[in-house]
Amino acid sequence: MNVLRTLLASSILLVIGGTVLMGATDRFQAFTTETARRIDIREHPRQVPPAILQTQTGAQINLTDLRGSWLLVDFIYTRCLTYCSLLGGEFAQLQTQLATPIKEGKLRLLSISFDPTHDKPPQLAAYLEIHRDHGTGWLAARPVDTDELTRLEQVFGVTVISDGLGGFVHNAAIGIVNPQGQLVEIFPLGNPEPVGRAVLQYMQ
Amino acid sequence: MIALLRRYASHLAIVLFVVLLLPPVQHVLTASMTAQMLLQIPLLILVGWLLRGALPQRFVSAISAWNYNGITGLILATLTTAVWMLPRSLDAAATEPLMATLKFLSVPLLIGLPLGISWPRMGFVLRGVFIAELISMFFRLGWLYMITPTRLCTNYLVGDQQRSGQYMMLIGGAIFAWLAIKLLWGRFDSLSDDQHKST
Repeated sequence: MNVLRTLLASSILLVIGGTVLMGATDRFQAFTTETARRIDIREHPRQVPPAILQTQTGAQINLTDLRGSWLLVDFIYTRCLTYCSLLGGEFAQLQTQLATPIKEGKLRLLSISFDPTHDKPPQLAAYLEIHRDHGTGWLAARPVDTDELTRLEQVFGVTVISDGLGGFVHNAAIGIVNPQGQLVEIFPLGNPEPVGRAVLQYMQ
Repeated sequence: MIALLRRYASHLAIVLFVVLLLPPVQHVLTASMTAQMLLQIPLLILVGWLLRGALPQRFVSAISAWNYNGITGLILATLTTAVWMLPRSLDAAATEPLMATLKFLSVPLLIGLPLGISWPRMGFVLRGVFIAELISMFFRLGWLYMITPTRLCTNYLVGDQQRSGQYMMLIGGAIFAWLAIKLLWGRFDSLSDDQHKST
């Protein structure tokens, strides 16, 4: 009798526990926060909030002004020697790969600095210079208001932590924002080729 | 000493729980992955384990009918542990107050307490399987955390992750050594530690 009761109780627990685990992993797809944010953004595109940005030329624009064209967005800090320089390289590669839509004004690249106290227009311009920006369609910008930066980081799911050596560590990725200003997809670092293909597909 | 510890186990559990809840302690223990995963969560499990003595005897005998050989408790503890082993759970518990609260409730009550109740009921084979699986889990995860180049938690550094991996290998090795000693000295097959200590 106790065996049967235990079997019953255990089965119920297994069903409940399995359901909880399924929920906690987005149907066994996402075991890390990083994967979870990608899945969530793909399933529920997020509206990008307005934010005043100062670009590498010193001009101020609102992020909402960039609506109407597709955007590729990454988050950087110019002192970064690891992820961001990779991201810079990948953006340069994408700038070449997507030269046509960029020339037609259908697409722009935007690198947002999460270290606005250090990254002023000269640093941002130097960042673009290092990565051999072709001079068209790639903006590097710093949010003027820290609250707006925090909002942006939340929407894009960017977590920035100190690396203990005066620098930062962050989950680097490239986000695709549609002309309506919605973040529709996030791609991991390391392979810009599919990002370019995905954007071209979106634009069709 | 052990008898005294046993007598005041539930008091100790409450003191430990309150200490773990103190904001500065919480802050330090969630600041690194190693501390949260290998110190804070195990201590919360200990809180639940120590609380078993505080349960009314009527309640314990009532649920024992549903806990043959301690299997139900073991399953509950294992499933809850699985949830808290997910990197995203650790991540969320470090930044989201709701997840932190869930951790402080579920780890003692759904891992430590059921294990504490079930352990004395578990036979030789079940205990052996449990401990062997515990050792291999520490080795598997330790290895994974040591070699994976990607950060599993967005709130923790990769160096912290590798250190967690190294500690997990050490813990796995320590449990293995303890098990070997137990087996060699032949006291592992006892149904309950109490039998030895009280007789």
